[in-house]
Amino acid sequence: MAKRQKVLVLYLKFPSLEAEVISWATFDGTGKKLHMTGDSDTPPYPTGLDALLDGWRLFQASQAIPEQPGEEYRTSYLKHEFFFEKLEEGDF
Amino acid sequence: MAEFASSGCLFFDELIDEQTNKEFLDDIGHTDIDKADSVNDFYKNIKATSSIPRIPAGTPLKEAFPKNSPLDKIFKNEVVEGAITSLVGSNTIVDHQFLHITFPTKYFNQANQRQMSQANHQDSTIDPRSTFDVQLFYFPTEVTKEMGGTRYHPGTHLRIVNEMAIAKYQNILGQKSIVCKPGTIGIFHSGLWHGAGVNFSENIRYMFKVRLQPTEKQELLWDPEKKYQPLPNRALYWTDETKDQTINDILMRSYPWQEADTNRLDKINVVKFWRLLTGHKKMDVDYWLTRIENELY
Repeated sequence: MAKRQKVLVLYLKFPSLEAEVISWATFDGTGKKLHMTGDSDTPPYPTGLDALLDGWRLFQASQAIPEQPGEEYRTSYLKHEFFFEKLEEGDF
Repeated sequence: MAEFASSGCLFFDELIDEQTNKEFLDDIGHTDIDKADSVNDFYKNIKATSSIPRIPAGTPLKEAFPKNSPLDKIFKNEVVEGAITSLVGSNTIVDHQFLHITFPTKYFNQANQRQMSQANHQDSTIDPRSTFDVQLFYFPTEVTKEMGGTRYHPGTHLRIVNEMAIAKYQNILGQKSIVCKPGTIGIFHSGLWHGAGVNFSENIRYMFKVRLQPTEKQELLWDPEKKYQPLPNRALYWTDETKDQTINDILMRSYPWQEADTNRLDKINVVKFWRLLTGHKKMDVDYWLTRIENELY
């Protein structure tokens, strides 16, 4: 039996797993489903905590980095990024 | 203009008449799907035979298209002309143009390729200017949901990012896709995040895009008599909901994808944008800038 990784990336409304999901991406290493940009209008989970409750393991979270002096009001990328994984066994 | 300042986009449904749409499609050599062999051949044929001119970057829009050609008629449409003048002025220049074609599934099956949507991106490159360009999108045919019309994210236009560096956001709350009738025109702020959808229909989807640059300050171009006056301050938080909605409500609109903290910065940046568009350098909405400009040391 081989193992494959599924990755779920959630962007949350504020930097706590209790916060609502505002953006999401899924990459399925099992090859069972091909995810792509714009494939869903509804988040897979309402909050980050709901992903944990469904068995996703958190392996990376964005740091809180103070804004650069003079650039405090510049807006850019989505800030509160959380990477989760699930490992799946099977004959791939 | 407040709608554009807030969302970064405007739409004019079925604006271009049926005859002009037909002339445009004839010009580009639109053909039945069964008569087109491959993606590359289809593009090569259109580039070789269509009457869409090659326009050197920086050409004035007024000199860009042959007289009475479909594109000339589109840009002389009074609504299109009015919107362009309001946003980038009457002496705007062409940055570039392109006919985007999104092919149906069978092309990818024939070529044994994976059919994927285009990732989210902001066009061109990092653009920290206060000046902005616009991108005009023209849809000569109907675009159904199945055809994967241009996906866009209202309110993202003032976020400064580096082109495809936003590709990792597969889905963003509040994302929209253009579903429209033939002849629809969309106008995007050059910073608006977007991407092409997947075409699961049986038909080719076309979108003709022209990027336009201003040659003058974009201050009250939409109000030639310079009559605009900002609204006075209103109560915050402990508010009076019986008051009528004003353009300040449009300017202060929140979008579902905005973080709780950065949402406030997004509002601040809309006010800064509105200051540039109106020429009122001290105007404010809901005290966002007045508060942080009250520096006494």
